[in-house]
Amino acid sequence: MPLIETRKLSQRRDEQDILKNINLRVERGEVFALIGPTGAGKTTLLRLIDTLDTPTAGKTFFNGKDVNSSDKVRQETRRRMAFVLQKPVVFNTSVYDNVACGLRWRGMKSRQIHEVVGGILETVGLTSYKNRNARTLSGGEVQRVAIARAIAVRPEVLLLDEPTANLDPVSASKIEDLIAEIIKRETITIIMATHDMSQGQRLADRIGVLIDGEMVQSGDPREIFNTPGDRRIAEFIGMENIIDGVVKSSEGEMAAIDVSGKTVEAVTDFDVGTEVSVCMRPEDVTVALSKYSSSARNSLAGKITWTVSTGPLCRVEIDCGFPLVALVTRRSAEEMGLKKGTQVYATFKAVSIHVIRRH
Amino acid sequence: MENLWNGLVRAVELIITFDPEVMQIAGRSLMISVSSTVIASVICIPVACIIHFNEFRGKRFIVVGIIQTLYSVPTVAVGLFVFVFISRVGPFGGLGILFTPTAIVVGQVLLITPILLGLTISALSGMDKAIPDTARSLGASGFQMALLVLKEARFAVMAAVILGFGRAISEVGISLMVGGNIRGFTRVLTTAISLETSKGDIELSMALGIILIFLALVANIIMNRIWQR
Repeated sequence: MPLIETRKLSQRRDEQDILKNINLRVERGEVFALIGPTGAGKTTLLRLIDTLDTPTAGKTFFNGKDVNSSDKVRQETRRRMAFVLQKPVVFNTSVYDNVACGLRWRGMKSRQIHEVVGGILETVGLTSYKNRNARTLSGGEVQRVAIARAIAVRPEVLLLDEPTANLDPVSASKIEDLIAEIIKRETITIIMATHDMSQGQRLADRIGVLIDGEMVQSGDPREIFNTPGDRRIAEFIGMENIIDGVVKSSEGEMAAIDVSGKTVEAVTDFDVGTEVSVCMRPEDVTVALSKYSSSARNSLAGKITWTVSTGPLCRVEIDCGFPLVALVTRRSAEEMGLKKGTQVYATFKAVSIHVIRRH
Repeated sequence: MENLWNGLVRAVELIITFDPEVMQIAGRSLMISVSSTVIASVICIPVACIIHFNEFRGKRFIVVGIIQTLYSVPTVAVGLFVFVFISRVGPFGGLGILFTPTAIVVGQVLLITPILLGLTISALSGMDKAIPDTARSLGASGFQMALLVLKEARFAVMAAVILGFGRAISEVGISLMVGGNIRGFTRVLTTAISLETSKGDIELSMALGIILIFLALVANIIMNRIWQR
């Protein structure tokens, strides 16, 4: 039995569907990341799981029990979870009292609270701040207090809503390390919303992609990253090359796809005549000044239309009859003299292409 | 200008010599208005929480249409209303509280209830919505969450209480109508000022007025200190 399960969970607000028929299963001890663009409904889903809001339709089960069956059950369920909001607020009191509040609400004795809070503050590295008013802390420190406050109550489920969204890179990295540490140390189930695909990959056992209120795909991070289910997912996870085409011939699992008059070979089992989108990552495209013999099934001649350097990498846009983006190292780009107008060959393997059906 | 100066000198004189009558009037004023404010706060703060934390039909009408409209209700209107109810022929005439400090307290409680209620609701509404959400997500019950939000809004709620006290101690209509301005019994600073002015003793009136302002100031400072703890 999953620890948390939602069945056809829907939420409607102001005549708009915020969530549509969400079916989600999260097992005990699992780290599940909800990824999706801003406004996809991630926060709404977390709020429904935490019973802060009531769904328009559908049910949420915690350990097999319907959480919305009564107010009492709602509060009991909430006491087994902790939720760190996207923009966490700290109460206008000391860091110690902030972390202790959840324990006091559960009727824990002062001595016990003292021990628990002391340990938690040490975990999050805020021991020296314990008497400071929490309102005087920086954004990263506030986030740490919020996480400390949540894990202090020893929740079975920790809900994190964009835990690093409003932080500078250094603070965000510290918070991510802290979450990784919590995952390692505690036997805890985590559901985390993030719009950062790579963060989801780094921390989660499983990922669910939420777009426009729908759970469009879920699976392990590698699966989501390599084989996105549709064009929207492919765009969200950073597949820069998404080119429309039609399957013109098929032999076993190998297909020839007509893309703007050019033929691209890819591994797919779609039938001839199927309208598809060919997806590939820029890092899977090799750029050469002359055609060379290799195991790669695709090598297309084209002209560079634009180059831009970002750090050690150079992003090259090539017109091969359709636009194609490739990533090469800056050094290679300099050595090859890649610039606008240079004639090149773009080479990529049939297996590096992911083909999705166009709707 | 001379009157003002003489009034100031006389006030200082009356205060430093602990003039028994002035002290008695000031003490009574303070006692009555503090009682009214405490009673009104005990009623209004929980009621404000109930109104704020619950959704029901007509909520907006109650807050905007009734409570906020009653902010500026004239003191004589409240005085008249209380008078009708507690006069010998009124429904509560049997209590025999007309022309007693209790009657003034009742009137002042009615007078400041809309202000305290309305401003406490505003104070709670002004809080970041994430505060009650955070409290609930950490397992707080409805009561624990309300207490936390109230604590977070304490300065704004305190301002409401102080404003209520200010309106109570400075009103004259209720004290005059249901208190009767009886010397040594229901005479308070405002009714005494009114009487002394009509008798032509401007200097004493001004002295009492300065004491009234001073009392309001001291009360505010004390309340601030208490809340800051």
